[in-house]
Amino acid sequence: MSQQLAPPGPDRTAAAPAKRKRRVTRALLRNPMAVGSVVTLAAMTLLCLLAPVITSHDPMYSSVEHVNAPTGTEGWWLGGDAQGRDMWSRLLASIGVSLTAALIGTGVSIVIGVVFGLIAGYVGRAIDSIASWVFNLVLALPTLLILIVLLPVTRGSYQLTMLLLGVMLSPGVYRLVRNMVIGVRRELYIDAAKVAGLSTWRILTRHVFFVVRGPIVIQAAFIATICINVQAGLAFLGVGANTPSFGSMISQAFTNLYGHPVQLLWPTLGLVALTGSLILFANAYRDALAGTTTAARRRSRRAIADVTRHADEAAPAAEKPTGKALLTVQDLSIAYPRPDGSLNEVVHKVSLTVDSGEVVGLVGESGSGKTQTAFAILGLLPHEAVVTAKEASLDGRPLLAMTPAELRKLRGPGVAYIPQEPMSNLDPSFTVGSQLVEALRRTMPRVQARQRVLELLARVGIPDPERTFDSYPHQISGGMAQRVLIAGAVATHPKVLIADEPTTALDVTVQAEILDLLRELQRELKMAVLLVTHNFGVVADLCDRVVVMRDGRDVETGEVRQIFSRPAHEYTKSLIDSILDEETLRTDAPVSKAKEGAR
Amino acid sequence: MNPLLQIDDLRLRYPGGGFRRRLPEVLKGVSLHIEAGETLGLVGESGSGKTTVGRAVLGLAQATGGTITFEGQDITHLPAGRNRGDAREIQVVFQDPYTSLTPALQVRGILSEPLIAQGIARSDAERRVSSLLDRVGLPKDSADRFAREFSGGQRQRIAIARALALEPRLIVCDEPVSALDLTTQARVLDLLIELQRNTGVAYLFITHDLAVVRHISHRVAVMYQGEIVETGPAATVTRHPQNDYTKRLLLAAPTADPDAQAERRAARQALRGRAEVPTAS
Repeated sequence: MSQQLAPPGPDRTAAAPAKRKRRVTRALLRNPMAVGSVVTLAAMTLLCLLAPVITSHDPMYSSVEHVNAPTGTEGWWLGGDAQGRDMWSRLLASIGVSLTAALIGTGVSIVIGVVFGLIAGYVGRAIDSIASWVFNLVLALPTLLILIVLLPVTRGSYQLTMLLLGVMLSPGVYRLVRNMVIGVRRELYIDAAKVAGLSTWRILTRHVFFVVRGPIVIQAAFIATICINVQAGLAFLGVGANTPSFGSMISQAFTNLYGHPVQLLWPTLGLVALTGSLILFANAYRDALAGTTTAARRRSRRAIADVTRHADEAAPAAEKPTGKALLTVQDLSIAYPRPDGSLNEVVHKVSLTVDSGEVVGLVGESGSGKTQTAFAILGLLPHEAVVTAKEASLDGRPLLAMTPAELRKLRGPGVAYIPQEPMSNLDPSFTVGSQLVEALRRTMPRVQARQRVLELLARVGIPDPERTFDSYPHQISGGMAQRVLIAGAVATHPKVLIADEPTTALDVTVQAEILDLLRELQRELKMAVLLVTHNFGVVADLCDRVVVMRDGRDVETGEVRQIFSRPAHEYTKSLIDSILDEETLRTDAPVSKAKEGAR
Repeated sequence: MNPLLQIDDLRLRYPGGGFRRRLPEVLKGVSLHIEAGETLGLVGESGSGKTTVGRAVLGLAQATGGTITFEGQDITHLPAGRNRGDAREIQVVFQDPYTSLTPALQVRGILSEPLIAQGIARSDAERRVSSLLDRVGLPKDSADRFAREFSGGQRQRIAIARALALEPRLIVCDEPVSALDLTTQARVLDLLIELQRNTGVAYLFITHDLAVVRHISHRVAVMYQGEIVETGPAATVTRHPQNDYTKRLLLAAPTADPDAQAERRAARQALRGRAEVPTAS
């Protein structure tokens, strides 16, 4: 259930990619596109298997009386072709040929690609280099040309040609599998499996293959369509043995196009139905893996529309600012649409105020909605989020009613933001300096902006501002990156600074320095700070007031000393109690020395 | 008596770096030992090499110098996997409970897999699953669910159960509670201590959190840039540190009391200012 409770908030990385098999099957069954394509494929397979029973002529049998027979002729229901052969039986035979071609080509490419991809990706090193080199070489070969040139070897047999085609298509599968395995190989559960003494074979088949199988199914459907089309294309060109197939049928109909255009219709329809349903199935399967269907999207859009309408009705009351506080949030609620379309409220009627020059801590455990609340104030929630509030205003200006353009203007001089992960908030392809200058360019010319950035970098304690200015993000440490982001945040003298776990990703010694810096800047610029954190040490270090959140509600608000010494709410008490006491030391002796020991 | 685990002058350099430019050494001669049933807290900041020590002990990283001896047997160059012999008595609990449990299997599979790999019959292994779940305080019906259906704390309990499955003598705990919420953190630590009392398993407890180290360790070793800078009984190291780095580390950790924290801050700033070193309150 935790997955449903968790909104796609920015502080959550995607969980394990794997989804439950049953869930995928159910999602497929609910999707008309998937059901339709599977039914079409099954029906075509069935027709082709029943061909001996439901056709009265051999596909190669030609009858002079039925040359170009019209549709509906007795015994030749779809008519005869230019050589008087039964179009109906040729059509069924073509389905068989296409399906066989698809099976051979797909099977070969999947087997080769998966086996080598798993091994190369998992073992790595030399094996990976050699395999990747070979597959890249195969990828560089001109596929169609080779198939045609090798006709003397395959003696025109389409099965052998498809076998070759499978080999030629295997690099695509190989690359897909190898890259995914490389991603999985470093996962901790693979390490844990090694430590548990599992054999490599077992790890590959049970743990690694699980992750790659979904994308393989999708890839296989696409390869199957390629095989069918290549087979049809070669047959259309008249290359290879004279087997009945969509390609040869289309080619014949082509010569007869002006006299009997309907002959072109049947093979084209067959080919389109076959490849179309394969591609639609692949799309549906991908949707099922991702957990979204068009129907659910439509439902949720309707639900959002309902809520926004209600919010609009309530809006007039929220227009006037009531309090004197710089930042006022009253009864803020945030909801997200569920996959089935209903709304899931993650933040319920949270209220908080931040006065100018005050540091307020927004404290809570993971999933308490503290980051969501901060992001709602910043207007940074994903657009599917439904945000409502009785009041949400900064300096008397309502925040929620703002257009994106107004919000943009407000960010900077009004609100600034310091993120949790400094590294992922700097663009790796630009220098630190250019990113900071970019933000200031709106208000001042470039030369002046550069000067200002250098001053700021020096102010936030960066030893060599010039060098850091010209560095790329990967060349500086996490602590430095956080200083850079702080410099960027305070560059425009914001009234409110929202810091989301600004030190969580940092080492304690670096954390201490960053906290010092934040305190100094806050006093110097008389900023109001809303500090989102789960660390009570950080709260004790920096905050004047504290708002405690739990499960999307604000359970207690109070002055920092009062929260620590006399927490009023049960939950706050339990939180304070579970802080590991600095005085308690483990005193019991190791069990091997003394069986009993009091803590 | 020989210690359970003895590490002597362990050196490690990751392969790679390119032609004539090797990567710097991650471990520059680390020596430590762990007695049976004891917890050694290994403290350090990111990049100090503490996780690498754990990975070398587990056979997940290959030492380039020094020796690791487990129960008198040299395991320095035994990689993790099927051929590790008695070294399988070293198990692991990783930091991130979200990526350390396979998405492919139900809890039953996760817990019985190590046993089946040891040649224990499937039915016996599955019978052991419920007793393992019981020991880590999870309900019996957890066995039929997938790891992703559990919260962070519960997942970490599953990971602990998996480590316990092979009845190890040493568990390497790599930041096992860092990713957990405060309340959950305390409960998981208590579980680890209780399991140690009942089974006599030893822990190599790797963490950056000094409060956690105080809570669970008998002895503490402090790592800085690939070297052990200070080691000793938990009380001595965390209350009267000798080494400058340890002092800085202790003063940098904010305490959850506004007034005490203000004092500590002043002390830290004084230490940074190269003034007279005051003792922590």
